[in-house]
Amino acid sequence: MAEAASMIEIVKPGLSTTVQDLGRPGYYHLGIPLSGAMDREALIAANLLVGNDEGAAGLEAVFLGPEIRFTGDATVAVTGAEMPLKLDGVEQAGWTALPVRAGQVLSFGFLKAGARAYIAVSGGIDVPVVLGSRATYALGALGGHGGRALKAGDRLGIGPGRPVDEGRSLPAALRRVPEPVLRMLPGLYDHRVTAEATERFFADTWKVAPEADRIGYRFRGGHALDFVPREPPFGAGSDPSNIVDSCYPYGSIQVPGGTEPIVLHRDAVSGGGYFMIGTVIAADMDLIGQLQPHQPVRFARTDMAGALAARAETAGRLARIRDALA
Amino acid sequence: MRYTFGGDEHVFVEVDEAMSLEAFFRSLSITNAVRDSRIRGITEICPANASFQIKFDPDLIAPDDLLKELRSLEGAGAGGAELKTRILEMPVFYDDPWTRETLMRFRERHQDPQATDLEYTARINGYPDVPSLIAAHAGSPWFVSMVGFVAGLPFLYQMVERDKQIQAPKYLRPRTDTPKLTIGHGGCFGAIYSVRGAGGYQMFGITPMPIYDPAQEISYLRDFMVLFRPGDIVKFRPVGRDAYDAAVEEVEAGRFSPLIREVDFSLAAFQADPAGTNAALLEVLHG
Repeated sequence: MAEAASMIEIVKPGLSTTVQDLGRPGYYHLGIPLSGAMDREALIAANLLVGNDEGAAGLEAVFLGPEIRFTGDATVAVTGAEMPLKLDGVEQAGWTALPVRAGQVLSFGFLKAGARAYIAVSGGIDVPVVLGSRATYALGALGGHGGRALKAGDRLGIGPGRPVDEGRSLPAALRRVPEPVLRMLPGLYDHRVTAEATERFFADTWKVAPEADRIGYRFRGGHALDFVPREPPFGAGSDPSNIVDSCYPYGSIQVPGGTEPIVLHRDAVSGGGYFMIGTVIAADMDLIGQLQPHQPVRFARTDMAGALAARAETAGRLARIRDALA
Repeated sequence: MRYTFGGDEHVFVEVDEAMSLEAFFRSLSITNAVRDSRIRGITEICPANASFQIKFDPDLIAPDDLLKELRSLEGAGAGGAELKTRILEMPVFYDDPWTRETLMRFRERHQDPQATDLEYTARINGYPDVPSLIAAHAGSPWFVSMVGFVAGLPFLYQMVERDKQIQAPKYLRPRTDTPKLTIGHGGCFGAIYSVRGAGGYQMFGITPMPIYDPAQEISYLRDFMVLFRPGDIVKFRPVGRDAYDAAVEEVEAGRFSPLIREVDFSLAAFQADPAGTNAALLEVLHG
């Protein structure tokens, strides 16, 4: 069990490791997005494994894991991407509550599958709560540790932990396997493109572009969209993909210039002037956080009933995760 | 009005395809009515220029039930638009060295690589020179018709007749850099970049007055880190290098305090007499 006022020290930061919890709702109307874990289910599982509340702050590491030294005893769990983890160089199991002793170092091998690993420490990462959350929103220099990704030498406080059964793990059947299909609800400004272009959008295989981050994931490789001709409305701009600047839903798929779709994620820009063809359903947002650049993906059309059924399925799986780790 | 779902957690409502103060006021009035209605399951209410967005929890309210509730509030947008709001004065160093350096770096992404953003915008709007464009830009107040894109960034709508509004396209390809506190312009909208970052709007100048402070250290941003709200009115005041530097120093020393006054705004009065209404607003500001 962790001591209060225990610390972790960042020896190597990885590519971009940030403090994340389940986010900061309530300020999107001022351009401050939800933030929080891109794969929420993985963070929740990591927290439950180490005896934390589901919404405790952990670390999100993308593509390349950090190296972390513990100053006190703790329990740690790593979930999400398949990224071999080691304690003092000895490989350990993922999705498992692991005892860590003061002075031990957690490190990672090369990423095998997925994109983001979640590291939960018993007691949670104790950075200041800003607007109700510890999540990092780097674009706005808000929350987390100094409003930024972690750097070597950073020291983070750990809250007081609760005792847990060390060695327990989440059954493999309850770990969600990323599927290369994103279900989306057509709508928003989909009337701007032709019916044929919409059909091609769903038929095409898209590849994750290198420009894929917490703000949004860009895709390329499919056909450019054909627009329905129009007189530009006042204030919209002359490009056929322009609209009068509006809000952007989380998960909305904008296609600037009709060429490369961008799906907005947890650090979304809250609005702008590009038309959107639809919105990825909430149940599939976690999957995006585990996509790697160049990975092929398809968009599949669903309706509200389909979106709500997927939502219920997610809630059911989460309930089973809670039961398994109660 | 056009209602459409943004996935299973958002309703998006387009009040009008085109921008106008009328559309903005309808959006603002309806979102205020939605806030007052306290409909169960609504988690966020985001007014925009000529549309608005409601985030909801479909586990608490069925999407179609929410649509019905929202449609019943449509009438709230039809009444007279009266607004108790604020007018703020914002110093602007137009044609400053920092936005100029940035625009030169991204010249190949611009419609007119031979001109500055101010020169280009002056020309396509029929102004004889840059000072005339600046005089028009700083001559009338602007309405904050939306806050967003990034934290605390206001979209501004020029309070003049439509045929007098400054219009400019966005860069052909967005820049990867924009100085913090740049005054930009794209389509018919002004914007103040609250943080440094990517951007596609034409760059006109820079203000010394921070509008977003996540550290909440700046005196007038201590209570809340974001300055602007939809409905705020902004008046730009051109300043030179010396006044700009002095203001930056005052901000850093914690002595800067922006000129802000409470004001009543009536859309009908503005539509009947834009110039007279603006003059009255400025009297409140400087009175």
